[in-house]
Amino acid sequence: MSDRPIIRVQHVVKSFGTVMAVNDVSFDVRPGEIFAFLGPNGAGKTTTIKMLTTLLRPTTGSLELDGLDVTTHQRDVRTRFGVVFQDPSLDSELTAWENMDIHGVLYHVPRHPRRERCEVLLRMFELWDRRDDLVKTFSGGMKRRLEIARGLLHTPKVLFLDEPTLGLDPQSRNQMWTHVRNLRATEGVTVFLTTHYMDEADRVADRIAVIDHGRLVATGSSAELKDQTGADSLEAAFLALTGTTIRDESATAADQMRQVARVWRR
Amino acid sequence: MAVVFALWLREVKKYLRSRVQIVASLGGPLMYLGVLGFGLGPVFQRAGEGSYIQFMAPGVIGMAVLFTAMFSGIAMLWDRQFGFLKETLVAPVPRLAIMIGRTLGGATVAVLQGTLIFVVTLVAGFRPASVLAVPLAFLLIALIAVVFAALATAIGSTIKEMQGFQMVMNFLVMPIFFLSAAIYPLQGLPRVLAALTRLDPLTYGVDGMRGLLIGRGSAHFGVAFDVAVLLSVGVLFVAAGAWRFSRIEA
Repeated sequence: MSDRPIIRVQHVVKSFGTVMAVNDVSFDVRPGEIFAFLGPNGAGKTTTIKMLTTLLRPTTGSLELDGLDVTTHQRDVRTRFGVVFQDPSLDSELTAWENMDIHGVLYHVPRHPRRERCEVLLRMFELWDRRDDLVKTFSGGMKRRLEIARGLLHTPKVLFLDEPTLGLDPQSRNQMWTHVRNLRATEGVTVFLTTHYMDEADRVADRIAVIDHGRLVATGSSAELKDQTGADSLEAAFLALTGTTIRDESATAADQMRQVARVWRR
Repeated sequence: MAVVFALWLREVKKYLRSRVQIVASLGGPLMYLGVLGFGLGPVFQRAGEGSYIQFMAPGVIGMAVLFTAMFSGIAMLWDRQFGFLKETLVAPVPRLAIMIGRTLGGATVAVLQGTLIFVVTLVAGFRPASVLAVPLAFLLIALIAVVFAALATAIGSTIKEMQGFQMVMNFLVMPIFFLSAAIYPLQGLPRVLAALTRLDPLTYGVDGMRGLLIGRGSAHFGVAFDVAVLLSVGVLFVAAGAWRFSRIEA
């Protein structure tokens, strides 16, 4: 395994108007590791993922993926990662197979290997029997599995998972993490994930970075974070690092309005 | 190319799967054809203009194409809301290919819908002047479809809220239809109305179809001129759609 980090983030700042969503963040992710990005609501997790996945440009600083600058080599970087966003991004009016197939075309996977790989992945995620059903008939857990399967179709080097277990029942969550851990064994893919569930990060991640108010407050393995804070669980370590005040993403009146509008648009 | 095709196919598949949409969107044009066509028929005839159904059929076909193409823009908002848009935005393909695929898909659906209405007008008594002109008329139908599907993509890329989109559509679609001379002749209009009809791309689509389907002399501007206008507007709208689409931020 080479020592060159697969993801390198250096002094990245992203501001929206006067709000600093991400403030001078730097970290490395090593090839093949499962890296968890933890933080309270509005800490800057999703903004960081959006920058790494070319959807947002950093205000300043640099992001590299597999040695390529994310902002200047967008197209090449995009072939190297798969991503499962916080909100589902499947086409629910198409079947599972069609969703996979379109993804393969978008990522220039030739027809023959595309079919093979679709089958392998659908079987791996236990969706093969439902491949010809419309996605709108799927449960939340099935949709998530399909999204991960789809994200892996073009054999990416890095898989981004933005809160993959949000809204899933304990059974599906458990199953999800079993899948994620198996992935590294079968695909050798680096996994970059965010989650709210400390026990999950503790169980699945090799290394953890904690972000709060747009700043990185700690990086290390779960054991290291516990040592650093003298806490006996990762959850206690997390609270020691980020404090116990409840974060309200909708701090201002305008934000609250936006929140309401978002609900109505659903 | 494969990307354009895949996204085109997606739109067409979704259309063919939604029987309700197909049937429901026949309603509007059918109502105009039935109520206005048969209702105003006698008046039109007495004015010495011949059969109103004959005159109006191209207008109603144009209407069906306009409505379907414009509302294909809604797919953009759905995809934004339900996430599929993001899937295409992080894919390693040019945005232009995505935009073209979507727009052609929307336009194809509009042509299919126009074809259905065309068949209905035949049942209602419309008789094209020559069978040979029908394929040419479909070329015009396709042009109208592309013009308005591209416009819809441009609007769909700009407006994020469903309500806002509906409002804009209502403010656009009905005027475009009523100012297009789809239901009245272009001759002898008051000056203001005449000027407005000339600003409406659909006018040239309907006029061109009349020229082809009803026969010599029934095109006010001439078919060649109509095609030229539609082509230019089409290029302009596709460019506008591509520009707006390229600026979408997730």
